[in-house]
Amino acid sequence: MSAGTQSAPLPRRGAARPRAGFAAALLHRLSGIALALFLPMHFIALGTALQGADRLESFLGLTHNGFVRAAEWGLVSALALHMVLGLRVLAIEWFATRERTALIVSACVAAGLAVGLLFLLGGA
Amino acid sequence: MNAPVPNAAPRDPTVEPAAGAMLTVRIRRDDGFQTFTLARRPAQTILDVVTAIQREQDPTLAYRFACRVGMCGSCAMMVNGRPRWTCRTRVAAVAEGDALTLEPLRNLPVVKDLAVDMEPFFTKWTAAHGAFEPGETPLGDFAVVAPDSPERRAVDAGIECINCGVCYAACDVVSWNPDYLGPAALNRAWTLINDVRDQGREARLDAVSGDAGCQSCHTHMSCTEHCPKALAPTFAIAGLKRETARTALRRFGARHFRRSA
Amino acid sequence: MSPLLYVAQRGTAVILAVAVAVHLGTILYAVRGGLTAGEILGRTQGNLAFLLFYGTFVVAAAIHAPIGLRSILREWTPWRGRSLDGAMLGVAALLVVLGLRAALAVYVA
Repeated sequence: MSAGTQSAPLPRRGAARPRAGFAAALLHRLSGIALALFLPMHFIALGTALQGADRLESFLGLTHNGFVRAAEWGLVSALALHMVLGLRVLAIEWFATRERTALIVSACVAAGLAVGLLFLLGGA
Repeated sequence: MNAPVPNAAPRDPTVEPAAGAMLTVRIRRDDGFQTFTLARRPAQTILDVVTAIQREQDPTLAYRFACRVGMCGSCAMMVNGRPRWTCRTRVAAVAEGDALTLEPLRNLPVVKDLAVDMEPFFTKWTAAHGAFEPGETPLGDFAVVAPDSPERRAVDAGIECINCGVCYAACDVVSWNPDYLGPAALNRAWTLINDVRDQGREARLDAVSGDAGCQSCHTHMSCTEHCPKALAPTFAIAGLKRETARTALRRFGARHFRRSA
Repeated sequence: MSPLLYVAQRGTAVILAVAVAVHLGTILYAVRGGLTAGEILGRTQGNLAFLLFYGTFVVAAAIHAPIGLRSILREWTPWRGRSLDGAMLGVAALLVVLGLRAALAVYVA
């Protein structure tokens, strides 16, 4: 590759590409924060089983309302999203995957939302 | 691809502006934005615009350029919010409704108007051990480097960097973590890690590790998207992540397990 | 982030990728027809494979999460230095204790 073989790609109208990588990292980060905040509560809730199945059952009863359902859907989506976006990072870092970032990111987001949607459809 | 732009068909809208069209240019100066208006011309570049403004309207406008042909790397600016070489960017390709916004490169201190101080950029380049390290004793013989060896290919992928600072201005991690070495310095370090003649490998791997180093890269890929030379610093940084991890594991193993063996 | 923290975070990421896939599958299966404590505990009580799986999951998550939080706090807040590192160790310890307690709770309940 001599100095003469590479140069600025000729600019085209509307050359500013969508910042797919930025969106990926931001979603990865926000979903990670949500999961980190949720995790201790999740553990404490399951820990109530130590005081018997009834305690856990009554705790689960608290979750049967619209707000909690929405939050649960968000968390399941966040978990799926965080996982697939993490796989994107590993693919780039360890296997030098060079596919179009935008494509990978949209696939990741779609996979995350699909899992969340399955949860919503499967749940009561 | 430095071949001249293919002769554009007559009235190619990316080359030929409509007759009599005017361009409105907002330039960030030391005391806020200032607006200039000038005539559009065929095949006009951003650098042509800045030069015309400085010669015909305001001789106090400060900016930097040297070669005008995409070789020296000194004319980069933020053009409509995106870092670009102004000499290789046509107005017709980036103007939004006959308007342009020009700002100094992001993430670097401003000297005056559109000229930034590149010192932090080059300080980090040095901090990442960006200089070839020949070692205390020269090699006994010429190093034989096969052009298609993996190391030489890795060097080739990053060697054309001319330190224009576009990737540094594009990088969000630099703006969040001012200590971060940045894509150009890390890309340079990766080319030297793959240079079989270089004797400074271990020290360089230490220099590019830590909270200011390669592990802080979040793979936003802004550097790779914006590099005017179409280099891919993201993958150079990924290479450093792998190599520093491998070396750290080897050292960890040597420290904790070799003695008992 | 030092290279060893990087290895720890990416290494646990690989474990978590497998664990999360299994966990998501379990969630989708478990929520059909609504969650009840009886159903959950029916699957988990005395199930050693379950305990080992979730024990590994908890430890991997407890290593993975604080390393990520540390980077976020360093970049988005002015918090740096030893106090931050200490606090993140605390978060890791908290997640291990609470998580293992939860896995044990549904195992012995």
